[in-house]
Order: sequence, then C-alpha cells, then structure tokens
Amino acid sequence: MNTAISGGIGGAWYLSLAAVLFAIGAFGLLIRRNVLVMFMCIELMLNAANLTFVTFANMLHDIGGQVLVFFVLVVAAAEVVVGLGIVVAIFRRRANATADDLHLMKG
Amino acid sequence: MLQVTYLIILLPLVGFAIQVVAGRRIGDPVAGWIATGFVAAAFAVTVGVFFDLLTLGGADRHYVQNLWTWIPVGGLQVHASLYVDPLSVTMLLFVTGISTLIHLYSIGYMKGDREFAKFFLYLNLFVASMVILVLGSNMLVTFVGWEGVGTCSYFLIAFWFTREEAASAGKKAFIYNRIGDVGFLAAIFLTFESTGTLEYQQVFADIPHMSGGTITAICLLLLVAVMGKSAQIPLFPWLADAMEGPTPVSALIHAATMVTAGVYLLCRVNPLLHASPDAAFTVACIGAATAFVAATIACAQQDIKKVLAYSTVSQLGYMFLAIGCGAYEAAIFLMVVHAFFKALLFLGSGSVIHGLHDEQDLKRMGNLRIYMPLTFFTFAVGWLAIAGIPPLSGFWAKGDVLDNAWAAHPALWVVGVVTAFLTAYYMSRLTGLAFFGKDRWNKAPIDPESTAARHAEHPNADGSLPEPHESKPIMTIPLIILAVLAAFAGVLATSNPHLSLDNWVAPVFTGTLYNDHEVSRTIWKLSTLDAIIAIIGVTVGLRLWIRRAERPTLESSFLQHSWYLNELYDLLIGRPGARLAQFSSTVIDARIIDGAVNGVAGLTRRSGSVVRRVQTGYVRNYALWIVVGVVAVFAFMLTRLWWG
Repeated sequence: MNTAISGGIGGAWYLSLAAVLFAIGAFGLLIRRNVLVMFMCIELMLNAANLTFVTFANMLHDIGGQVLVFFVLVVAAAEVVVGLGIVVAIFRRRANATADDLHLMKG
Repeated sequence: MLQVTYLIILLPLVGFAIQVVAGRRIGDPVAGWIATGFVAAAFAVTVGVFFDLLTLGGADRHYVQNLWTWIPVGGLQVHASLYVDPLSVTMLLFVTGISTLIHLYSIGYMKGDREFAKFFLYLNLFVASMVILVLGSNMLVTFVGWEGVGTCSYFLIAFWFTREEAASAGKKAFIYNRIGDVGFLAAIFLTFESTGTLEYQQVFADIPHMSGGTITAICLLLLVAVMGKSAQIPLFPWLADAMEGPTPVSALIHAATMVTAGVYLLCRVNPLLHASPDAAFTVACIGAATAFVAATIACAQQDIKKVLAYSTVSQLGYMFLAIGCGAYEAAIFLMVVHAFFKALLFLGSGSVIHGLHDEQDLKRMGNLRIYMPLTFFTFAVGWLAIAGIPPLSGFWAKGDVLDNAWAAHPALWVVGVVTAFLTAYYMSRLTGLAFFGKDRWNKAPIDPESTAARHAEHPNADGSLPEPHESKPIMTIPLIILAVLAAFAGVLATSNPHLSLDNWVAPVFTGTLYNDHEVSRTIWKLSTLDAIIAIIGVTVGLRLWIRRAERPTLESSFLQHSWYLNELYDLLIGRPGARLAQFSSTVIDARIIDGAVNGVAGLTRRSGSVVRRVQTGYVRNYALWIVVGVVAVFAFMLTRLWWG
C-alpha cells in the first residue's frame, strides 16, 4: 500500500534513491584505494540505510524506524571518531598510504 | 587402668613426636633413652590393664573403649574404638615388653650411627602402629595399624638406604605387603557388604545369617592379607631380604612382633575361620608347606641373619598350621614363646655381628664362645628352645602345635615333625659354625666379593677381622632377660589355672584345644617323639658342622637360592611385567598416546596453513567478500520469493 508522501512523490522513489546511494557507496568502497574516500563511502552506505529506515517509518506509520535512525547516527558518529583517529594515525606514519599498502594483518 | 587403654597408643606417639621435633638436637644417646622410656611406660600401662582385666570374671573379660566416631556415613558407622580382651592384652604384653628390651639394646647397637634419633623415631612410630593394630575393635582401625607397621617396616629395612641392597629390600617388603593389603581391603569390603558393619563382635554375631561361601571368601581374602604380612607361601621372599635392616629391627619387627600380626588377625577373626572348615584347612596346608620349605632353605644359608629369617618364616608356618587346625591357643602360645626366643636369637646374632665388626658370614665366625661367653650362653638358651629340647619353652609350644596337627590330619603332623627335625638341625648348624669349631675370623675371606664380606667395615689388610669382643651391658642385659623368658615360658603350658595361657585366652576362641596336655597316652607318646627328634636334630647338626665348615653336598645351590623362588617370580611376574612396561612405553605411549596428541596438533597446523590464505590483509578484499555474501543472500531470498 503505497501511501503518497508530500509533493506526490511515492515511497518507491525514496527507496530507489537509497538503493542507488548504497550501491554507489559499496562500489566506491570496492574500487577506491584512498582510505579517506573509502571512509566517505561507508558513510554514504550508512545514510542510505538511514533513508530507507525513515521511508519505511513513514510508509508503515511506525515511529520505530525513525528512532533507529538516531541510533545509527550515534553509532556513525562514534565510528567516525575512531575511524578518523586511525586514518590520522596512519597518515602520520606514512605520507601517502593507500588501503592496499596496509596489509600487515595478512595471515 | 582399663579407662586409660588409649595411653598405650598415645605414649609411643608422644615419644615419636618428641623425636620428630627435637630428635636431632637431643641426639645420641639421650634420644634413645627418651624413646625407651615412653615404650617402657606403655608396657607399664599394659601391665596395669592386664591386672584390671584379671579382676573381671572369665567370661566378662572384655572392654570396649570408644574414643570417637571416625566415619559417620549413613549406614557405615566406624568408631575409633579399642577392644581389650585376653587375646589383645596377651599380644600387647609381649609387643610392648619386647619392644622395651629391644629399644634398650638399640641404644648400644646404634651408637655412633649418624641417624641415631631417626632410628628411634621409626621404632616409636612402629610400636604405636602395632598397638593400634592389636587394639582395633573393628577392621578399619586394625587396617590403620596394619598399614602403619608396614610403612615403618619399609622405613626401617631401608634405614641404611645409601646401600643399594637395603633400599631395594625395603621396596621389596613394601610391594609384597601391598599385595597382601589388597586382600585385606577386599575382605573389609566383602564384610561390610554382607553384614553392614565392621566391628568384629557384630560381624561374629552375624555369622549365622551369612552364607558359607561368603565366610570362606572373607577368610581366604584375609589369608591373602596375612600371607603378605606374616611371610607365608607364596609371599615370603621379602622377609629374607628384610635382614638388610639393622639387627634390632630384624628382631623387633621381622621376628617378634609385626610378622605375627597375621597370626593375630586370624586369631581375632577365629569365629569366621571356625565357620569355614575349607578356609581353615587351606590355612593349615599353607602353614605346613611354609614351615617345611623355609626350614629346608634355612639349612643352607650362609648369612647368620638369613638363617634366622627363614627360621622365622618356618615358625610362622607352624603358627598358621596351628590356626588351621583350630588350635588358636597353641598358635598364641607359640607366638609368645617364639617372640621370646627369636628376639633373643636375633639380638644374640646382633651381638655377634657387632663383636665381629659387622661381619655376618657364618663361615667366617667359629669358636666365638671363648670371646663372647655371655652372648654364647644366652644364644644357646634360644637355640635349644627353638630346637625343642625339653624343658625349654619351645618344646611345649611346638608340642602343642604338633599334637593338634596330629588330631587334625596325620599328613600335616608328618610335615610338622620333619620340620621340627630340620629346625633342630639348622639351628645347631648355625650355633656350631658360629660358636664352636676353629677360629675362622682371623683368616682372609675365601670369596672377597660375598655379600657378607662386603658388609664388614673394618677388616685388616689381608681381609681378616680383628679379634671379636663381648658387647656392652646395655646389649647383654636384654639378652639375659630374654634368655630367662625363653627358658621358662614353658610354665604357661601348665594346667595351673593361674599360669595357664590356654585358660586365659580360651574365652576368646570358639574352638577347643586338642586334649590340652592332659595325661593321655597319645600325648605322652607324641611328646617323647618330639623330644627324641629334637635331640637327634641337635646331635646331627653339631656333629656335622663343628668339625668342618664346608660341606657343599649339604648346601645345594637349590636351597641356597631358596628353591629359586626369587628367580621363578622374576620369570613369571618380573620379566613379563618388564616386557609389558616396555610395550606400554614404546608402543602404547610413544605411538598411540603421543600419536593421538601429535596428530591433533598436526591436523590443526595443516588446516590452519590452508585456511590462513583467506586472511589476505587487504580491507577491500574483505569488503568484496561481504558484498558477495550479501548478494548471495539476496539471490537466495529472491529465488525463494519467485519459485518458493
């Protein structure tokens, strides 16, 4: 049951947008080697998921989806702190590092 | 005094504790005097208990002292309680009495030993354990004492443990005793299983409700136990090796007291034995066989203590013969007088060994009666007593046993009489070699590598020994006391009610003694025969061995190697055991157990080396796999949606 949202744009559009954003993020993550860019891609995927949550919350009249977005935002913020910390630490040690140079954890 | 029976255990234990804490500091000889004092006090308490018991009427002479409840577990109520009756008091009197004498003797014998205090520590612990064994009113308390004396025996045999022979002799004694203990434990389990109690008196009260098979099984298991402790066939070879211990130990533990614990235990459970004629007959046969075999071996031994050791085994065999014939009183009588004369003989041999500067080889003695007159005189009393010359104590005791064997089964009697002849013969051989004949101690040893020759510590340059000397009074006084006892203990066989041992211990026993020395023609004939055989044995032994010390025909290596029993056990048990151990070590342990352990490790390592390739270290690689996974899950869900 596709309830119309303001402006007459259907929920499917929002979901399609989220899917596109997610695909861009995932694709970027796989093909880019710059750590910072990869990081941005992850953020993109997270926000795509958030958009899906909000859309479904609206479509299903369930506030739970919007609440969950707040949790995701908090977790994302924490992740940014830790992730950027690591990135900064890496850049302090080696000037021009790409993700593929960091394979010390190889088994 | 009956209320303080526990003191008989406590006093030697206090002595033991003092030696443990301060023995080394007190040192030689005060530590010895302290130990002797505590054992003497225990003897005094025993005498008091004895007189208290005398004041009671014949049938009421028993007293149970309940110290505390030891194991209160549901149906199993074990009390740490002591049982005083004529049997236990008789045993206690000679255990504590002879212990006191031997403690006294040890002060002289062990003088100058580096571990003087440790020796008395073990002796005191031994006396305490032995008293626990004797006084226990249930099987478990007896078992505690049983293990205690076994442990002390091990400690004392291996007392000079720096010598290889002593250390391994200690182990040998311990292992043989352990075999017997398995029998004792099994008997305890079986008794509890069938009666629900371990108290002797309650078990005896239950006998009518027990099946004959159960009783026989319990008796035979106990027989296994006493075979180990009292050195009966087939578990006797340890006693000869036990002579590696100091001579006072041989006298106290391996002649007078501990080895008679088996005899005591069988007497304690006499109602059970009485209810099982099959088990009793087995006991008699084993006793007779042991008496004979050990006597033959004693005829060919060269070490003075080995002769006495096999003689002890043989006399213990007599006691078992008596028990098997239901003549418990005769067994107890022989046990008491044997304690006297065998302790005397061992202490006398100790005096000889001491006087000859640690030489034990009979072939290197000779004519010692000139040099050690007091030792010779007392030893001679023991020799004639064990040989069965009337009117010394051995004649009466052995006579009782043989009369009862005659009544039970003539074949047993024949074996007993032959053994009696052998006993007189080998003891005379020993006496002849040691005290008569030519002096041989001043000659160089024929075989410098013989075990006994190596024991000697201060030989002259050519290997001969310095002149022997008589021992100090502290060693000869116990000899004199024991000689008097060995000579006159025969009065216990009289029918006078105040002196008669039979009369005193009879209430404990279910069976009755055969004819009891009443004036009957058979008894007179048998006794005369005993005396004649003893005299013939003594004459033959002396005539053969005073003139010559070497008679190879009479000392066949078969007898010298104790019927090759050690070799037989080695062949049947030792070697297969070693092979089994070898097999376990090389095949089971090295291949199977180690193989399993190493196999698990190898498997983990190999699978790890394969799986580790997944861990590439490239973040994007992991991300790719996540995406692939997600796509796969989606694909699966879609297929379910469309076709499912």
